[in-house]
Amino acid sequence: MNTSPNNTPGSSGVSDPGYNSATTRPLYWSVRRELWENRSIYVAPLIVAVVVLLGFLISTIGMPERRQAVLLRDAAYQRAAIGEPYDAAAMILILTAFIIAVFYCLDALQGERRDRSILFWKSLPVSDLTTVLSKASIPLVILPVLIFGIIVFVQFLMLLWSSAILLPSGLAATTWTRFNLFQQSVILLYSLIVIVLWHAPIYAWALLISGWARRATFLWAVLPLLAIGVLEKIAFDTSHFASMLKDRLFGAADTAFAFQQHRGVAIDSLVQLRPGRYFTTPGLWIGIAFAAAFVAIAVRQRRYRGPI
Amino acid sequence: MQPPAVQIERRVAEAMATIEARGLRKTFGTTVALDGINLRVKEGRILGLVGPNGAGKTTALNAILGLTPYQGELKVLGRDPWNERNQLMRDVSFIADVAVLPRWIRVTQLLDYVAGVHPRFDRTKAESFLAKTTIKRTSKVRELSKGMVAQLHLALVMAIDAKLLVLDEPTLGLDILYRKQFYDSLLNDYFDHSRTIVVTTHQVEEIQEVLTDLMFIDRGRIVLECSMEEFDSRYVEVMVNPEHVTAARALKPIHERPVFGRSVLLFDHVDRDQLAALGELRRLSIADLFVAVMSNNANQPQPPHEVTAHQGTPAR
Repeated sequence: MNTSPNNTPGSSGVSDPGYNSATTRPLYWSVRRELWENRSIYVAPLIVAVVVLLGFLISTIGMPERRQAVLLRDAAYQRAAIGEPYDAAAMILILTAFIIAVFYCLDALQGERRDRSILFWKSLPVSDLTTVLSKASIPLVILPVLIFGIIVFVQFLMLLWSSAILLPSGLAATTWTRFNLFQQSVILLYSLIVIVLWHAPIYAWALLISGWARRATFLWAVLPLLAIGVLEKIAFDTSHFASMLKDRLFGAADTAFAFQQHRGVAIDSLVQLRPGRYFTTPGLWIGIAFAAAFVAIAVRQRRYRGPI
Repeated sequence: MQPPAVQIERRVAEAMATIEARGLRKTFGTTVALDGINLRVKEGRILGLVGPNGAGKTTALNAILGLTPYQGELKVLGRDPWNERNQLMRDVSFIADVAVLPRWIRVTQLLDYVAGVHPRFDRTKAESFLAKTTIKRTSKVRELSKGMVAQLHLALVMAIDAKLLVLDEPTLGLDILYRKQFYDSLLNDYFDHSRTIVVTTHQVEEIQEVLTDLMFIDRGRIVLECSMEEFDSRYVEVMVNPEHVTAARALKPIHERPVFGRSVLLFDHVDRDQLAALGELRRLSIADLFVAVMSNNANQPQPPHEVTAHQGTPAR
């Protein structure tokens, strides 16, 4: 009847000068809350980083002699041999981040129901959307940024150490020239964006299941997918679903990079990056659409959820 | 189309009620948790919601707090709780029971978080409430005793300038010192007549002096609704002298129970002077009235809505 917003009872509170919404930052504090609760998000990668550094430290025994032998070979071999531990360190840390992210997501919306704290969170003016987005931001933003920083730092320390070891034999510069840290950081940044966007539906699925299942979230997330694959295999003797899952797990690299046969999987040049091809792959956008849908369902679902 | 004056009048009337429910109904499968409740709680009241386990108290509170969908009409501070929970929570605080604070969080983190998300939270106030306790800022919730967790939660809630505070068994499992202190702080440091409090508890005797209104709920229905002034004037309990028992029974007591071999009769709307002649008048406790109403209610399985004895008396 009356369309003037000032007269509707529902809006009377919003115009109240007592509100200082400008000073509250629900999303920011909700993300910090996640980091307080789940310290493994940063502790686990740091532990893995220390292990990697320790392993590298031990591997540098006898390094000057080996380096001299490597430098007798062709340039491609030199890059592959010298850069190998750095690439391995990066891959191990990326894998760590993936595992942390999956297990974080599987617990994110179940833990608060299990310990009944959901009643406390819901007693505060934080929407379900903000809450779910803060949880989704951990695998999609926080962990990639964190892992990028850790990898670059670890590689920098490795370079410093190898220089120190090689200094007496005058070969200190040979690592820096074969493994260009700045260029590798650009490649790493691109790789992380590629992987995270590709895996987004996996994280969103895990979040959805964690908000839905009463217990055994891992089984609920994995077994139905296996069942569909098995059913398809037995019924039609095809494996489209299984290969789709495999593509979702490992398929990003094939479209995002141009691998050179003789160099194996190492990416050492910016010309190998194929962002144009990657960002026009339908699989990427289909995955992102699924991720958005899963998150939307998780938001809607949290409204109905209470303690279990 | 109504004339504007009527509209404004209606709006003013609506704005005055903190909680307004009409035909509030909630079912879980075939179980009816709330069977069409009508409820009106005005600003500045402290309403005690009393009922046996499974009566629908928590369901009613959950509906008011936007935690559960429902049928029927419900407005809390003019908002629809189910669809506007997060806006509503700027003006509503609740303590569901002492166990809901996350156990992993530190006291300082809790203060940081609430200050970061709640526009009406006054951190200095919370700090000063905490200063009166032995709670350490660096402690995690899991390291605190049950009573300290309740103190912490209360300190947070009292530092929020809310219009409605909902307490669902807030003192469950606390010893009597903490329980007493809980309600004392609530009344002395928090409550004023612009706020409204709704509380459920099984320890009814402890909140008798605190309440302004009382409501009994059983099997999803309101079986008694009255203000505490009404409670004091309407109900009288008499320890009847043995020779007057027959005369007393003729006045239709709503309940009778033996105490030390004598009969204690509970009357509703019977003249005090008339009763004083029959025996010794006793101060009625909420618990005694509760037992009387519940046992009467149990004798009439599923009473039809209209004829329930005390249904629909408006809270004053």
